[in-house]
Amino acid sequence: MATLVEASDLRKRFGDIIAVDGISLGVRRGEVLGFLGPNGAGKSTTMKMLTGFLEPDGGSARIADLDVFEHPRAAKAKLGYLPEGAPCYGDMTAQSFLTFIAEIRGFDGDGAKRRVGRAVEQTALGSVLGQRIETLSKGFKRRVAIAQAILHDPEVLIMDEPTDGLDPNQKHQVRKLIGEMAADKAIIVSTHILEEVEAVCSRAIIINRGRIVADGTAEELMRRLPHHGSIGVRVGPERAEAVSKALLDFAPIVKVERIGTANGQVQLRALPRDGAPAARELATLIRAKFLDADDVSVERGNLDDVFRQITTSDTGGPDA
Amino acid sequence: MRELARNSFIIARREFIAYFASPLATIFLTVFVALTGAFAFYVGGFFDRGQADLAPFFQYHPWLFLLLVPAVAMRLWAEERKSGTIELLMTLPISPWEAILGKFLAAWAFIGVALLATLPMWITVNVLGRPDNGAIVSGYLGSFLMAGAFLAIGSSISALTKNQVIAFIVAATICFLLVMSGHELVLSVLRTFTPDFVLSAVASMSFLSHFDPFTKGLIDLPSIIFFASLIAFALFANRIFVELKKAD
Repeated sequence: MATLVEASDLRKRFGDIIAVDGISLGVRRGEVLGFLGPNGAGKSTTMKMLTGFLEPDGGSARIADLDVFEHPRAAKAKLGYLPEGAPCYGDMTAQSFLTFIAEIRGFDGDGAKRRVGRAVEQTALGSVLGQRIETLSKGFKRRVAIAQAILHDPEVLIMDEPTDGLDPNQKHQVRKLIGEMAADKAIIVSTHILEEVEAVCSRAIIINRGRIVADGTAEELMRRLPHHGSIGVRVGPERAEAVSKALLDFAPIVKVERIGTANGQVQLRALPRDGAPAARELATLIRAKFLDADDVSVERGNLDDVFRQITTSDTGGPDA
Repeated sequence: MRELARNSFIIARREFIAYFASPLATIFLTVFVALTGAFAFYVGGFFDRGQADLAPFFQYHPWLFLLLVPAVAMRLWAEERKSGTIELLMTLPISPWEAILGKFLAAWAFIGVALLATLPMWITVNVLGRPDNGAIVSGYLGSFLMAGAFLAIGSSISALTKNQVIAFIVAATICFLLVMSGHELVLSVLRTFTPDFVLSAVASMSFLSHFDPFTKGLIDLPSIIFFASLIAFALFANRIFVELKKAD
């Protein structure tokens, strides 16, 4: 698989603020990279450098093997970009805006018409083509901006918060679209909605204060959580003591913790000796062995916890 | 080169149409035609002079332009920066020059439309008498060139701010200084404390003295070079300002 996006040691500072502090990454064809981080972590700045909008203070960015600053025109031709906030020319109609983009990307006449038609179909914009963009709802505006980015069927697609401000249905549509396009493109999606990472991304990078602090699949990232792969058991208070004892006697379990009570039930957490991989089978076993356990589940943890743990662990919180 | 022409044209066409998408175009054209006419007839004494020419018409163009042209130029870059579309524009496979030229040419063409809208003046003067039409053509040419210089300055100032009002005020002030630099009022003040070469340098920047030959029917090469090089210089500054401020 070819690496289509490559950043090496990108650096950028604005006055005294170091926005991006040595970010290196590679995205291959077929990959959807989730770009996570608290607000102000440097996500947008990194994207602006990858797309050639901002010149880095150090390091380099390559799109489809073309250095973005040495061959800006050729690199930008291979790139679709949805900037933060999905800006479009509000005084144009969706149709004339997309035609403008098609023309400036080198398509003429029928070619331009075909490209616009396809992008409109993919983003379901047919009903609002004749309306001025500034009069459209937020969801439609966003889709116009996405149509603009995918119109030339680019090899590389970089989207800064593509689902920000959309309702759940619209979010679903955008994610579906990203999923459909993923196979033959390298896609970078920045977000701070973590469910999105699990929904569309094959890999995620978490950045904090301009640096990459984690890189892996959603599963790999969640494995970093201390309770990942533990087994949660909920039982009535009268049986809590007995069940917890029985669990502890059960060989694969090394530790049982009592977390607390909720809705009149006691919550126990059992930590398997072999960690996460064995958890699912164990949960089934436990369910069969201790029928009186009302509820048994494998705790995966969630990305929110990973995110919080990673981005607040060093020197005092994300806003410091 | 072909790419430069093609992309500049596509951008210019978009910008040109954008003028007409807002009431700005109608208001501007109305005000421009009304003011050029009013100045020519009432202030310039078009009828009282008893001469069939457009000198009183052209005479006030520098003064009208210094307010009206910055109003055309102010949105060129400030609006892109305010709405964030500059990020879209500058990540398209075009060179910054194509964007700068395209925008400038669109605005210049718009001023051209405004000048065309004053053609009834020309017809009138031909109905009333036998004017020197050559002088009128050169007057229009000079006026158009001068507007281009104002516009290039306005465009580069527009790249410095997200605020169109600020862009307007700063550009209008600079244009005012350039118009006034040849005026006796300014020169007589300067004369009291500056050496002659500074005085003549300041005077040589004057839009008034470079525009004047055109109104008299002279297609003055040094003046054409003056306006053309001022346009080139301002657009070059525009390029630097865009680069400098685009990400703020």
